[in-house]
Amino acid sequence: MLSLNAFLLLSAVLFCIGLFGALSKRNAVAILMSIELMFNAVNIMLVAFARFLAPASTVGQALPPVSTVGQVFTIFIITVAAAEAAVGLAIVLAIYRTRRTISVDEVNLMKW
Amino acid sequence: MDSFSLEYLWLIPLLPFLAFVVIALFTRRWARLSAYISILAIVASLVVSAWALLSLVVAFLGHATGEELVKQVTLTWFSAGGVDFPIGLIIDPLTAMMLIVVTVISLLVQLFSQGYMVVKDDHGNLKKDPGYGRYFAFISLFTMSMLILVLANNFLQIYIAWELVGLCSYLLIGFWYDKTYPDGSISPAQAAKKAFLTTRLGDLGLLVGILIIYMTTGSFVFTDVEEAIKAGHLAGGLLTVAMIGVFLGAVGKSAQFPLHVWLPDAMEGPTPVSALIHAATMVAAGVYLVARTFEMFAASPDQQALLVVAYIGGFTALFAASMGLVMNDIKKVMAYSTISQLGYMMMGLGVGAYAAGVFHLFNHAFFKALLFLGSGSVIYAAHHEQDMRRMGGLGKRLPVTMITMIFASLALAGLPPFSGFWSKDEILAGAAGKDQLLYIVGSLAALFTAFYVFRAIFLTFTGEYRGAQGGYDAHGGHDDHGHGGHGGGLESIKESPLVMLIPLILLALASLFSGFLGSPFMGNAFQSFIEKGAELHEEINYTVMISSVLIAVVGISLASLVYYFKVIPADLISKPLPWLHAFVLNKYAMDDLYLWIVNNVVLGFSRAALWFDIHIVDGIVNAVASVIGGFGGTLRRVETGRAPNYGLAIFAGAIIISGILIFGGSPR
Repeated sequence: MLSLNAFLLLSAVLFCIGLFGALSKRNAVAILMSIELMFNAVNIMLVAFARFLAPASTVGQALPPVSTVGQVFTIFIITVAAAEAAVGLAIVLAIYRTRRTISVDEVNLMKW
Repeated sequence: MDSFSLEYLWLIPLLPFLAFVVIALFTRRWARLSAYISILAIVASLVVSAWALLSLVVAFLGHATGEELVKQVTLTWFSAGGVDFPIGLIIDPLTAMMLIVVTVISLLVQLFSQGYMVVKDDHGNLKKDPGYGRYFAFISLFTMSMLILVLANNFLQIYIAWELVGLCSYLLIGFWYDKTYPDGSISPAQAAKKAFLTTRLGDLGLLVGILIIYMTTGSFVFTDVEEAIKAGHLAGGLLTVAMIGVFLGAVGKSAQFPLHVWLPDAMEGPTPVSALIHAATMVAAGVYLVARTFEMFAASPDQQALLVVAYIGGFTALFAASMGLVMNDIKKVMAYSTISQLGYMMMGLGVGAYAAGVFHLFNHAFFKALLFLGSGSVIYAAHHEQDMRRMGGLGKRLPVTMITMIFASLALAGLPPFSGFWSKDEILAGAAGKDQLLYIVGSLAALFTAFYVFRAIFLTFTGEYRGAQGGYDAHGGHDDHGHGGHGGGLESIKESPLVMLIPLILLALASLFSGFLGSPFMGNAFQSFIEKGAELHEEINYTVMISSVLIAVVGISLASLVYYFKVIPADLISKPLPWLHAFVLNKYAMDDLYLWIVNNVVLGFSRAALWFDIHIVDGIVNAVASVIGGFGGTLRRVETGRAPNYGLAIFAGAIIISGILIFGGSPR
């Protein structure tokens, strides 16, 4: 059976890839995809913790509330991420319509 | 006294105030109606005042003395910070006398103004002055303020009224505010400003005096303050300083040296205003204030405060009289005469002749108002000519004006039985009993007075008419509101209308008879009344009496020899000493001195303050702002507007915080 560390490593690797993508990509859609990666890295971590850190005696029995929190949280994050993706894409679309580009280097409206 | 209730006293100032409100808000456009409203209000005030006076006189004749003749009420206007601001009324012989003076003079002046405040239109027809309604509104406002001033029973209220009369004076001096003179001489608007600012200088002293009195005695009310001073809460040098502060206010308002410079220029106002405000009532407010607080002045150690009053008054009396000798403008002569006579009153109060000083105020109000209204009548008849060098021979055309003015002049010169004699003689007697120097100064001023007033009379009413010659290039006609050119010869000069003559005649009678009230024949009734029935044991000083009559006769004779019989040439002194004549005619260069002080000292200080403000105060503020601005300008470069940069910063921050939490150890 895989240890908790393997899941955490996977989560960390995924998160770093997402982070790198989010900070280095110029394409707004690619940034959104990278953010999605980071979300999923977190999701994996939450599920892993929920599975491995629950008290051993309770495994296989009726699950105590504490072990379900991480999983429920993950469901919420997936939902919110979907909404976020929709909003993010809508913004990208709006920017594209007005500025004919989705390169974030050229979209610097928040400048001083 | 019981027949008169204090509740009615409120009516006295209230009625003119209502007249002011009604005229200012509603009836200003209807000139005649406005005048009638104003006059009606003042008549009603006069009736109430007379009732108050009568009830006091009845009580006095019933041998009421001292506090029995004083009634007052004090209410709390508002409280703030533990200080109760009082508002109250007092009625005692002094106030009752002043009420009558103010209401009577105000009434007569308003009657007179109906005739005076007219202008000629393009066709030579007379019509009302465009500001006729405004004029009567201001007069009503002034009358209200003056009545509040004399009714006040505390320093705070008197200070408020003090400023109110100053405001009215400002408004009325600058009544023809749009008038300027091509030769650059002082315009009404400038004169109004000058009067306001000069008196304000004295008011600062009054405020300081009031504050010292309040800080030490804890009360604004006159009677309480007197009690506190008797109890020793305010004594010694501080009391003297406080009273000199109060006197400074009086110096400004009563145009005493060195703040007298505003009064001659105040003659830019309409002549009836000069009679009411700048001769009879407002300028006497300073004397009234000193009289009202006389007990406090007298309580200062060695009577130092009174001595200051006496010497300032005495000096002013002589100083102003000497300027009256050389002025050519008939109103300016009267203005300097007013300053001089106010100096007399101050001197009278200062030497302790309290009742005599107040008595002179009473008499002076009538005869000086008459002199001004008479001058107004002359100016009106002479097509708004004010320069006496362009008059002459007017007596034949203006008999009533001439006779009434001669009455007033005799009163001013101090010839028995006219009113001025009785009071002036008492002041001189008081001075003689106190300080020989003051007596000599007063007598010399009396000589000058007799001379200059009859110089004015002879120049105006006798000799040849000099108006049509135009031989003098001095600017005249300061009062020429809207008439075109000087009229023809003497034939064009007609006696003023009846509405102007009646006040003159009434005042002439007052000038003749008002002195008897306080004459020794009547047992000095006036003085005894003012002193609240205190026993007077004044012996008649025959030396002073005879010498003052002689001085008046000499002065009048000299004037007649120079200006009527022309035995002595008028330039006897001015020819060999032209610089002296020019110096006095230039008012001892005091205006120039003050101008120099303002231009160099005051403005110099202001410039220094401005420099300090710009470079030091603003400099510090601006330095702080520019340092912060510089930081901001540099730091804003951080905001690139690129979302990835922000994201990087967020993560970098998160990593740093994580690092601190993990490796920084736990805080103990």
